[in-house]
Amino acid sequence: MEINDIIKPENQVYKSSSILTDKPFSYCPGCGHGTANRLVAEVIEELGIQKDTIGIAPVGCSVLIYEFLDIDFSQAPHGRAPAVATGIKRVLPDKIVFTYQGDGDLAAIGTSETIHACNRGENITIIFVNNGIYGMTGGQMAPTTLPGMKTSTSPFGRNVETMGNPLKITELIAQLDGVHYVSRQSVNSPANVRKAKKAIRLAFESQINKQGLGFVEIVSNCNSGWKLSPIKANQWMEENMFPYYPLGDIKVDGKLIKTL
Amino acid sequence: MKEFLLMKGNEAIAEAAIRAGADAYFGYPITPQSEIMEYLMAEKAYERTGMVVLQAESELAAINMVYGAAGTGKRVLTSSSSPGISLMQESISYIAGAELPCVIINVVRAGPGLGTIQPSQADYFQSVKGGGHGDYRLIVLAPSSVQEMADFVPLAFDLAFKYRNPALILSDGVIGQMMEKVELFKTRPRITTFDQSWVLSGKPENRKANVITSLDLQPHPMEKHNHALQAKYRKMEEDEVRFEEIMCDDAEYLFVAYGSSARICSKALQLAREKGIKAGLLRPITLFPFPKKQIAKLAGRVKGMLSVEMSAGQMVEDIQLAVSGKVRVEHFGRYGGVIHSPLEVLAALENIFLKK
Ligand SMILES: Cc1ncc(C[n+]2csc(CCOP(=O)(O)OP(=O)(O)O)c2C)c(N)n1
Ligand code: SF4
Ligand SMILES: [Mg+2]
Repeated sequence: MEINDIIKPENQVYKSSSILTDKPFSYCPGCGHGTANRLVAEVIEELGIQKDTIGIAPVGCSVLIYEFLDIDFSQAPHGRAPAVATGIKRVLPDKIVFTYQGDGDLAAIGTSETIHACNRGENITIIFVNNGIYGMTGGQMAPTTLPGMKTSTSPFGRNVETMGNPLKITELIAQLDGVHYVSRQSVNSPANVRKAKKAIRLAFESQINKQGLGFVEIVSNCNSGWKLSPIKANQWMEENMFPYYPLGDIKVDGKLIKTL
Repeated sequence: MKEFLLMKGNEAIAEAAIRAGADAYFGYPITPQSEIMEYLMAEKAYERTGMVVLQAESELAAINMVYGAAGTGKRVLTSSSSPGISLMQESISYIAGAELPCVIINVVRAGPGLGTIQPSQADYFQSVKGGGHGDYRLIVLAPSSVQEMADFVPLAFDLAFKYRNPALILSDGVIGQMMEKVELFKTRPRITTFDQSWVLSGKPENRKANVITSLDLQPHPMEKHNHALQAKYRKMEEDEVRFEEIMCDDAEYLFVAYGSSARICSKALQLAREKGIKAGLLRPITLFPFPKKQIAKLAGRVKGMLSVEMSAGQMVEDIQLAVSGKVRVEHFGRYGGVIHSPLEVLAALENIFLKK
């Protein structure tokens, strides 16, 4: 068989989302951000909401998400994406507004904006990429860094006595009445990628259907910050992050489905 | 028929915001300006014009709600007092960097720190020099009456949209809390005729995605962006300077004062004239752009200038810069929440310039 016999429309099993631009991702090879960006793009395409969607880019490795997704975007100061989203949604209530934030952004500097936007029940969608570290600034400790985990500002491992315990902010948020849908997923395997996509879709749909805020945590890797190869980073994530941050839906249709 | 009301300065601002066609207000309570949000809520601004009014969880959240909504091309404002404005500064820098129009109101109280809820003018530096990080300027308007509190709201919106730049109304606890007669303008229709090519609305097929950002990782494009911002500020300095002159024509000594200090000076001026001292008053209405040229002109005619501010002396530095050594420039002011009296101001003028 010649190559031209294979490259035919009827043989196509996958194509890049029309929402993705031609700009190559600036993420490190193996980083979960690229997959998470792609899933958001695919969901926006499949829901047919490009012309109504406004994204909020955080400060963090995904700050340039506005160059990768072909939709209107506002970049936000570090941690303030949920407040920026609130401002937009309140004056344009019929638009679809989402934030895409890292764990330092959402669960450290921006904890207040996160909790209060969720508690007010802003009808927005929040995509939260938890890699347990500050990727962009070179691998410092995050609020989500695991006990004993080494980072550049916890070089001997996170000592919970002096540095506090990892913050499970998603469980906190799930308990707020203003929140309609909460899920924790990962993008480490094809099966999990499919589940993560479904969760992202549900989080957008609850906004579209005016049911309320949808929140999806994606437990992710940072092979550069963790100083592991992409494969080792994923293994480490499965062995250490998943037990602490268990995957699955937490709140569906406004009801907690997990005992916290 | 004209509509006159007796109102507090803060209430006048709130009513003017509704009438100016503001689309949204986001704020957080702080004395001495909480009446602004209270008035907007009590007046059911949403029912009157569709204006969104939301109490945020902090000034940080409030200014970022402003930033988000301003990116959609809506007319948005916030108000606070000194500590709250300090808290907003990082985001005000973002708004200036991303070139978004919005209106910010600072009803100044005395600091530093928690300070006191009493009036002050010690936020001059953080208002006219940028305030946050980076090279940027706000358009700064200084009302000195309840009437101007009302009138400067639509003016601030007009200037903010004309230059796509945040405009700040720098008031203080005296004018915010004071009651005066005010003539209100008629409710203005929403303006939709401005260039909206940059706004966030969701990307239709026929245009490129719009992005509101102040980021450029490359230094040379960033420098170019900075040049464009500076050119804009120079244009404001050419076209937007506003001031008022009282008895400056034959003045030998000049008070320079804005806001409530200007009112106190106008009384001190009267007392001085009664004593035969030829005093005049220059009241800057725009603090940025600052009436540099007018002050330089007057420097060639008067024997001394006295900057009267409820601060340890901030605007005095800009007067000295404008005068460039041509005439003696001094500062007088009570501060830390204390208000100078006209007699104190007159005594200061006499002590500094007229003592033999
Ligand atoms: C006010 C402010 N403080 C600090 C920073 C520096 N900073 C940039 S990104 C970042 C951490 C981002 O970490 P995270 O949100 O986890 O995103 P990641 O890069 O890991 O995806 C920090 C501290 C900043 N830009 N602004
Ligand atoms: S530093 Fe970490 S989070 Fe950032 S792109 Fe690289 S792997 Fe991803
Ligand atoms: Mg992170």
